[in-house]
Amino acid sequence: MNILVAALAGLIFGAGLTLSGMVNPAVVLGFLDLTGNWNPALLFVMVGALAVAVPGYQLLKGKRPVLAEAQAVPTRTDIDKPLLLGAAIFGLGWGLAGICPGPALTMLAIKPATAALFIVSMTAGMLGARYAARQLAGRAD
Amino acid sequence: MPLIGGVMIGAAALILLAFNGRVMGVSGIWSGLVRWSDGPGWRLAFVLGSIAAPLGLALLGRPGEVQIGASVPVLIIAGLLVGFGSALGAGCTSGHGICGISRLSPRSILATLVFMAVAIVTVFLVRHVV
Repeated sequence: MNILVAALAGLIFGAGLTLSGMVNPAVVLGFLDLTGNWNPALLFVMVGALAVAVPGYQLLKGKRPVLAEAQAVPTRTDIDKPLLLGAAIFGLGWGLAGICPGPALTMLAIKPATAALFIVSMTAGMLGARYAARQLAGRAD
Repeated sequence: MPLIGGVMIGAAALILLAFNGRVMGVSGIWSGLVRWSDGPGWRLAFVLGSIAAPLGLALLGRPGEVQIGASVPVLIIAGLLVGFGSALGAGCTSGHGICGISRLSPRSILATLVFMAVAIVTVFLVRHVV
């Protein structure tokens, strides 16, 4: 049952990305280009998403999920270097191509070759980061 | 459409939380799937759903538009950075930018401000300086 719910959530998420223009790197870069011909579209995407998700998340806080024992949400509150450095590196990549992980996956159905190239690189980057983190942790021991 | 699309993205995040108790962070979902951490399960279902969405919309006469400006080398470098950064920073646009902000998590609010600012500076440099 939770597989079906996840598929439905993915479907709605992908449809939202497609209809909003978030799946289109040209729209994303147009939004990030504040000093150029600024395209505010993604501001509305963010506002629409948060208008639903903020009250919803607050309402569901600590509630038992319908199909699970408990919520699996992050609990950390500390601000550390990996968080800030990771966010900065992510922002650099996002600004270069206008593609982030969600739209990359949804794009597979629209521009398969480009999306696949990006996803393979992104996956290599993820595995690289985990490997680097393990090496650093090992050295610290 | 941006506003309606945004509402759908927020609704998807709430469905995943209310029923499965999971955060809709795509970088985490994808990396968990690739590492096969606990079999395919809900992560594969979510990914397949999000890939199927534009196919369904195309049948309804609303195919998504995708315009790529970046060259192949830039796409590869950007992909590496997006993957490395989201793994190191434990989240991306959906995980930090939507779910994390909705939890009012200080980590996610700060991460979102940082990646938005760096992305804006990057676009400025690429489009108006270099």
